[in-house]
Amino acid sequence: MEPFKAHSGLVIPFNRTNVDTDAILPKQYLKMLGKTGYGDFLFDDERYLDPGDVDIPVTERRPNPDFILNQSPYDHGTVLLAGANFGCGSSREHAVWALHDYGIRVVLAPSFGDIFFNNCFNNGLLPVILAQSVIDRLFELANQPGECVLNVDLEQCELGHGKDVWPFVVEPGRRDNLLSGLDDIGRTLAFGETIREYEVRRLPLEPWIFR
Amino acid sequence: MASQTLYDKLWDRHLVAELADGSALLYVDRHLLHEVTSPQAFSGLRSAGRKPWRISPNVAVPDHAVPTMRRELGVAGIADRVARIQVETLTHNCREFGIPLIELEDERQGIVHVVGPEQGLTLPGMTIVCGDSHTATHGAFATLAMGIGTSDVEHVLASQTLRTHRQKNMRVVFDGTLGFGVTPKDLILALIGRIGTAGGTGYAIEYAGETIRNMSMEGRMTICNMSIEAGARAGMIAYDAATEAYVRGRPYTPKGTEYADACRYWQKLHSDDDAVFDREEYFPVSALIPQITWGTSPEMVVGIDGCVPESAGSDEAARASFKRTLDYMGLEPGQALKDLPVDKVFIGSCTNARMEDLRAVANLVKGQKVSRSITQALIVPGSGQIRLQAEREGLDAIFQKAGFEWRSAGCSMCLGMNDDRLQPGERCASTSNRNFEGRQGKGGRTHLMSPLMAAAAALTGKLTDVREL
Ligand code: SF4
Repeated sequence: MEPFKAHSGLVIPFNRTNVDTDAILPKQYLKMLGKTGYGDFLFDDERYLDPGDVDIPVTERRPNPDFILNQSPYDHGTVLLAGANFGCGSSREHAVWALHDYGIRVVLAPSFGDIFFNNCFNNGLLPVILAQSVIDRLFELANQPGECVLNVDLEQCELGHGKDVWPFVVEPGRRDNLLSGLDDIGRTLAFGETIREYEVRRLPLEPWIFR
Repeated sequence: MASQTLYDKLWDRHLVAELADGSALLYVDRHLLHEVTSPQAFSGLRSAGRKPWRISPNVAVPDHAVPTMRRELGVAGIADRVARIQVETLTHNCREFGIPLIELEDERQGIVHVVGPEQGLTLPGMTIVCGDSHTATHGAFATLAMGIGTSDVEHVLASQTLRTHRQKNMRVVFDGTLGFGVTPKDLILALIGRIGTAGGTGYAIEYAGETIRNMSMEGRMTICNMSIEAGARAGMIAYDAATEAYVRGRPYTPKGTEYADACRYWQKLHSDDDAVFDREEYFPVSALIPQITWGTSPEMVVGIDGCVPESAGSDEAARASFKRTLDYMGLEPGQALKDLPVDKVFIGSCTNARMEDLRAVANLVKGQKVSRSITQALIVPGSGQIRLQAEREGLDAIFQKAGFEWRSAGCSMCLGMNDDRLQPGERCASTSNRNFEGRQGKGGRTHLMSPLMAAAAALTGKLTDVREL
């Protein structure tokens, strides 16, 4: 995965709570086998007026003009600003792949669904938990006419807009994943010996686990 | 040793290493796979030249995208080309990596969370993961069971561990006896209504109290299943005699003296008397009535005698989302839910498609007819074995006589990845677990409820209080 150090992008004010992963990427696209190619289907149910499926080219479909991702300037936004409990529901990592594939690099919300939050860090997408007051302020800025560009600096753990700066917190291991672009598996397999020792210790206690 | 919660005990038993960054490596005893969230994990292994750390903890079964009709055709019977390729890909991946697979034609095939307990793949004291958010179902067996994403599926395959963070402890104590027509499903819906869909975020929930102690394992699974709808990745229930009776003699359950050893260990799988929880909820149940959701989030729930709320308060965002929900659901503020006409009925899913559910439905609909206004009433058993058992008991005949369609096992209209789905604007009485916009089909309107309530709706053609039938 590509490293994430800093990002500067237009904020999309997506003022909704409990946005679930079914809404982010509807079920019919879960049949696909890769990790890419989902961007055209992000928020599919709302983004297009007619139904879609894997085999239906999006160029033949009618975009919903009322949906924010189809409106200028938000159609080239890369920082999604949302309400509480973003990414709740299904564990589908496809939701993260869709956001990333579409071009979203940062999601800002007061809280996230647990599994979604975890999935983000394995795919170069930065989810940032912010206090409601900061979220409210960002919505204010993003809803003003003109473009609200936010600078997201993961090395400093800071969001910046003009002269305003808001610090944020990311758990160090997860931050390292994004900064280095490395996934967890390699780092975990470095503990291979420890895992084997654990198995040797546990085997006599619950041998049926190791059948 | 300081007193511990069940979660703490399971955590400590499976802790391989605490890492410098604050996360932990937790050993995974059982890894269940299905066709939808595994292909990218297998490709990842392949491209990195990695092998599964161990083989036997893994078991795969196709369930999400499979058709519920014409199963005698096997994989060839999957009309949707892309879905067929996905199920075939699961078969190829399992062959290549040596992972045990329960194939579509196998009578044990079914929804992964139904199959696990049924086969004894789910055993007390285990850590269980699956690339599916309803993995918490298995927590009913005093396991630590969690849903994971596809990157973690790959991680578990490669290392037999999960990188995760310790959760806080929450205990929900259900007290009292459930009234007539009130089921575990009503209990969990009411709890979600109370604490909200993010109420359990960051917690592992233990369900306890007299109501749980007197509940069947199937009911306990229904409760644990919907932990994720309360925001919690894991929900669990202490081991007791009911757990023991359920797991005894299952195909993967240990045998002989080993079984006796296992039971001795499993008896410790409960929270200590003086264990401290970060949060406790006390929930008396005797006055509870059947629950029904009115909106597009499981927390939007009321008793069957209830109404859609009048308003969402003064907060502008909340008002906007309230309006959006009502527009989507085709409802008015303050509207009563009882007698609202429904178009379709779905009885199935990993929440409510087990024998107990089917027997209760059969009992209610025996000799009766599905209302003529219902365009489709589906009963989809949780597994092939449940289907066979129901047929041995003659339930299929009761269902079909009443006008229900009797299908083969799978997720079906719970998420509508196969042909079983709602059309725009259709209203459905559903025993599944999610009422999100589009969940059962684009534009479909889902009302979540118990199997009894869904069966009642099928008979009358409208949302009905089953206690009044
Ligand atoms: S039945 Fe529904 S909730 Fe359960 S695993 Fe299948 S799709 Fe998920």
